Amino acid sequence: MTEEIRMKAEGYSLFYGEFKALNDISIDIPVNRITAFIGPSGCGKSTFLRSFNRMNDLIPGVTTEGTVFLDGNDISKEDVVDLRRKVGMVFQRPNPFPKSIFDNVAYGPRLHGTRNRSDLAVIVEKSLKAAALWDEVKDDLNKSGLAISGGQQQRLCIARAIAVEPEVILMDEPASALDPVATLKIEELMNELKKNYTIAIVTHNMQQAARVSDYTAFLLTDENRAGNLIEFGPTRQIFTTPSDERTEDYISGRFG
Amino acid sequence: MATSRFTRKMAQGGAFTVFWLMGATAVLIMLFVVGYIMVQGIPQLNLEFFTTSPRGGLSGDGGIYSTVVTTFYMVVVTLLIATPLGVGAAIYLTEYSEKAESPIVRRLVRIARFGVETLAGVPSIIFGLFGYALFVSALNMGFSIMSASLAGACLIIPVVIRTTEEALKSVPDSYREGSLALGATKWETIRKVILPSALPGISTGILLSAGRIVSETAIFFVTLGGSYRVPHSLMSGGRTMALHVYYLAMETRAFDKAMSTAAVLVALIVLMNLAINLITSRISSKTR
Amino acid sequence: MTRENFDRELEELKQKLFQVTESVRKNLNSSIKYLSERDMKGARMIVEADELVNLKCLEIEEQCLNVIATQQPVATDLRLLFSILTISTEIERIGDYAKGIARISEKIGAEKLIKPLVDIPRMEEIAGRMLYDAIRAFTEDDIKAAREIPTRDMKMDVLYNQIHRELITFVMQNPHNIEQTMMLDWIAHNLERVGDRVVNICERTIFTVTGIPVDLN
Repeated sequence: MTEEIRMKAEGYSLFYGEFKALNDISIDIPVNRITAFIGPSGCGKSTFLRSFNRMNDLIPGVTTEGTVFLDGNDISKEDVVDLRRKVGMVFQRPNPFPKSIFDNVAYGPRLHGTRNRSDLAVIVEKSLKAAALWDEVKDDLNKSGLAISGGQQQRLCIARAIAVEPEVILMDEPASALDPVATLKIEELMNELKKNYTIAIVTHNMQQAARVSDYTAFLLTDENRAGNLIEFGPTRQIFTTPSDERTEDYISGRFG
Repeated sequence: MATSRFTRKMAQGGAFTVFWLMGATAVLIMLFVVGYIMVQGIPQLNLEFFTTSPRGGLSGDGGIYSTVVTTFYMVVVTLLIATPLGVGAAIYLTEYSEKAESPIVRRLVRIARFGVETLAGVPSIIFGLFGYALFVSALNMGFSIMSASLAGACLIIPVVIRTTEEALKSVPDSYREGSLALGATKWETIRKVILPSALPGISTGILLSAGRIVSETAIFFVTLGGSYRVPHSLMSGGRTMALHVYYLAMETRAFDKAMSTAAVLVALIVLMNLAINLITSRISSKTR
Repeated sequence: MTRENFDRELEELKQKLFQVTESVRKNLNSSIKYLSERDMKGARMIVEADELVNLKCLEIEEQCLNVIATQQPVATDLRLLFSILTISTEIERIGDYAKGIARISEKIGAEKLIKPLVDIPRMEEIAGRMLYDAIRAFTEDDIKAAREIPTRDMKMDVLYNQIHRELITFVMQNPHNIEQTMMLDWIAHNLERVGDRVVNICERTIFTVTGIPVDLN
């Protein structure tokens, strides 16, 4: 790949105890691009995404082989709290805290040392603007984060993730719980965000992957129910001329 | 089958009437009991009743001042002991022990859980006797607020643990995930997201426990002693309002004063329950 | 299998394309026949038949658009629909050539033909065969045939050059026949263009199956 790489996995496998869930995956995540992971349910794409910010560490009994790199550094050797500041995550169901909009966005910066109220206000405004939510909530930042619509909540979660100035934003099916209009807003937002961040997204919506991503990775479980990387390439190419027959079958909807 | 439809309708009407009657009966019983106490007790209530202490002896003269003070001390001290221990234990059980790798720890946790469940159902007199044997006698604290509070703490800690655990468990995992994904440590997540979110539930548990302390008799009967004087330190004995009702009714002629004390007690319990309701309704509106 | 409706529609579109190609092939063949036989009525029929061809091609295009809009086709399916659209255009053009030839028949009218037609029908025969083979190869994903057919185009070029030189010589000797000569040259030229369009169809076939755009000229 000629693009500059932000994150990379090399021979990465993941085990739940004895059971191998991900098998020997190697992939490059290019800088300032959107990389989409697609594949049928249960193929391990969410699990793989969570490997990039070590959220799988929270599950007891998980072991891994192989390495994941951020800017060339092995993330398992880095401080996990620091890693998660640099690699943020947005979840499938919007999960704003039961605090005000301001406190939601300020949560991360406060954790990492910013205390001054006016500094926080600047960060909050910047993040909400970058998440295309500022205009809709600027009049009442004390409103509870739970009192806004689903689409707005998800953008709030994105603002919250941006507030700590990550390098990478991981999105696990970010629009699957939203209505079509909210979904399109999130997709437009992603296009804007990729100018400043590297984005990796898991989606089961193929049209979304095709619309939004620059690169697409197709994962599939093998006969041992372990997730494998079948094909990876520029999205335009995957969706017009995929190399692997399984990829073609999946994206054409002709899966068994 | 018109008969069948008719029978079904009749059955429905019948059932509704029966349940309505049962509900009405329950409410009526409660109103009768409370009403009787209020009617009997309120006439004796005046400022003097609240500001003077009982004078002891058969006459039952005096008010309930010292009992109010004792009850207050009891609630405060017991909660001061029980809350950190109970909430702390619940936090450990819910947040940390789930992920424990060691099977020994997991075993201990299971035993601890079972212990908590069992203790929550033990009659309070058992805790009273335990408190008498350990605090009053063996540790030589005598009949005192300290002994009684320690015994009371043993009584309510299981309840606090249970309600706190429920409150912590009802905080969605998505909050924990969201906080950790932002680079928070586990303890920061607990402190800044989970506890604030679970606070209404935890407060309910604490208020319930406070209500329990106000209403308990057996356990404090054997640990507080029966002094009618205002306690001047933690090592003084005393009597709570609930105990005073007993003493008045059984050891004096002032049955009317017993009723009055009971009326105050009932009013207090009602107020505490109103507070609990207020908090629970705040919980449901917040999670909207 | 999933997407039965979709697959059925794709099959239907392929069949429609095949049928309209057959119609055009027959029209082309008839137009030359009527020209040789000086059949005015026949020529008129061809001119009017082209209307149906245009309608049919329009119908195919519209159906393709609908399928693309509603089924979100990707990869091979998408390439197939795209090829059907472009081939439909090629077929419509070939139909226009047939119509043009019939029009020339009408224009020449009562006049005698300056020379009996030999090479022109020969060109039409090769072109017709190429067209049939190419559309069959497309509907059957036969990339081997699709690679072979364009080689016959050379013969068409040779024939056209021959006809062209012959007509030039003719017109130099008989300048007053220039109008008919030019029209005959036009016919030969357009028959040669049919060959080019058939080559395009073969390129589309290979693109649909392999995803690689090729130039078979």
